[in-house]
Amino acid sequence: MITRRHLLRTAGATLAMTAGPKFSEAEAAGANLTPGLPEGVGTVATMEALPGKKPLIKLSHRPPNYESPLETFRTAITPNDEFFVRYHLADIPTVDANTYKIAVGGDGVDSAVEISFDDLKKMPSVEVVAVNQCSGNRRGLSKPHVVGVEWGHGAMGSARWKGARLKDVLDKAGLKKEAIEVSFNGADGPAVDKTPDFIKSIPAWKALDDSTIVAYEMNGQPLPHWNGFPARIVVPGWTGTYWMKHVIAINALTKPQGGFWMNPAYRIPLGKFPIRDRFITQENAASTPITEMVVNSLITSHREGAKVIAGKVAIRGIAWDGGYGISSVQVSTDGGKTWSAATLGQDLGRFAFRPWSFDLAARKGRNTVMVNAINKLGQSQTSELIFNPAGYHNNVMQNITLNA
Amino acid sequence: MRVLLIAVVAALVGLPAAADEHPIQLKKAPGLDKVEANCQACHSLDYIPMNSPFPNAALWEAEVTKMIKAYGAPIEDADAKAIAEYLKSNYGS
Repeated sequence: MITRRHLLRTAGATLAMTAGPKFSEAEAAGANLTPGLPEGVGTVATMEALPGKKPLIKLSHRPPNYESPLETFRTAITPNDEFFVRYHLADIPTVDANTYKIAVGGDGVDSAVEISFDDLKKMPSVEVVAVNQCSGNRRGLSKPHVVGVEWGHGAMGSARWKGARLKDVLDKAGLKKEAIEVSFNGADGPAVDKTPDFIKSIPAWKALDDSTIVAYEMNGQPLPHWNGFPARIVVPGWTGTYWMKHVIAINALTKPQGGFWMNPAYRIPLGKFPIRDRFITQENAASTPITEMVVNSLITSHREGAKVIAGKVAIRGIAWDGGYGISSVQVSTDGGKTWSAATLGQDLGRFAFRPWSFDLAARKGRNTVMVNAINKLGQSQTSELIFNPAGYHNNVMQNITLNA
Repeated sequence: MRVLLIAVVAALVGLPAAADEHPIQLKKAPGLDKVEANCQACHSLDYIPMNSPFPNAALWEAEVTKMIKAYGAPIEDADAKAIAEYLKSNYGS
C-alpha cells in the first residue's frame, strides 16, 4: 500500500517538477566529487541546499542523502548547517517538540513510561564531542564497486552533542537485569507499508555506557530537522546506523532485536576487521553487526592533483577512530618507504576529530603525500582495501599527488 | 490512483512542495515507463545512475528482487522483468 502521506509528498514533488526546477547559482554548480566513485555519480550529484542547510553534495533526493564537501572538514567541529544528511526511508515527518514523546518500554523494563521533550531536558545533562560517521562512508571508493548510496569522503561530521544519558532514561522505566539489548525507532517511516521500518538495537552494555546519550542539542543549538530534531540517540565511537534520529521509541529487550536492518543489513564478515567491540547477541557464524569505527584520517587542505608552489606547503587534515583516541598521525612523501610524525592539534576528546598538520617541502614537479593514523590501541589504517559486500569500514590510507 | 493524484496536486496548488525534488531524466529506452511507474513510489530515480554503470546483469536483477522481497515494493512480475531489462541495458556493465 502506498500511504496517504506518501501520496502527498509525491504530489508535491510532481508539482515542483511541473513548475520547473529553480536552481540558485550555487545549486547549479557541479559538486567537486571524490576521485574513484562510480561514473554515474557525476551525472546526478549536484550542490543543493535542503531547507536550513548550506548546499551539500546531493546524492539522492528521496530519501535525502547529502554529503559534506571536503572544505567542511577544515574545522574539527562540523557546523550544523553543513552536517551530512542520511535517511533510509522517505516518509520524514516534521516533529513538533511540544507534543513529542519518547515511549520507553520493552520486555526488559519494569514499567513503560513516556518522556516528553521537557522531561528529557530536565534530566541531568552531559556533553560529548563525537564523530557521527555513516557505516557506508567511502562506499563509492570500494573496488570493485558495490551497490548502495555511493558516498565519497563526506558522510560524516563531528559535533558537540548535549543530552541525557541513555541509562538515566532507561532508569525511569526500571531496567531489568535480563535485558540484553536496547532498540530504537524514529519518527520517520517507509513510503510503502511493507518496507521494514528502520529499527536498530545496541547491546545493553553499550546502552549503559556513560557516553551514550539521548541528544537534544548539537553545537549549542537544537538539532537541525535533517539531523534528528527534536532528539536523537548518540552512540560515540560507533557508526551512524545506531544514532537514531527523531527517536520516539526506546525498548529494552530480553531477546535479540530482529528485522531487516539488523540482519542482513549493516553487517560485516566475521573476523575481517580489527574490531574490539562485539555485539555477541547478534553474531552468527558468518557475520556480525558493524560496531565501532575503524581508525581513519582525511587530508582536508588539498585535493588529489592540487597545484602547489614549490617550497613549504602546510598539509592539514583530521584523524579519528572508535573512541580509543588518536596517538599519532604518520606522513610519507615517498610512497610509504619512510614516515614522519605530523603535529597533532587540539584534543576535543577521544571520540572527536583530531586535527593534524604537516609541513611538506614541495619539490618542483610531482609530490605525493600519504597519511596513516594510529590509535591508542596501536591500530592503524590499511594500505589495501578490506573488501566487504556492503562497502563498510574503508580506511585505506590516502596517497594524494600535489603538483608544484 | 492517477485521478486521486491529480486531485491531491490540485489541492496542493499554492503550497510549497514537501520535497524540492528536481526531475531525474533517465535514458529513454524500452522499459523506462515501468521504471518511472514503480521505482519512484519509494525513492527518487537518482539512485539508478548513481549506482552505474558497474552492475552486471545478475547484480541488477538481484537489486530488483531485493526491492520486492526485502523492501516490499508492490511490483508485478512482468514489470519487474521489464525494469531489470531496462537497467541491464542502460545502466549495466
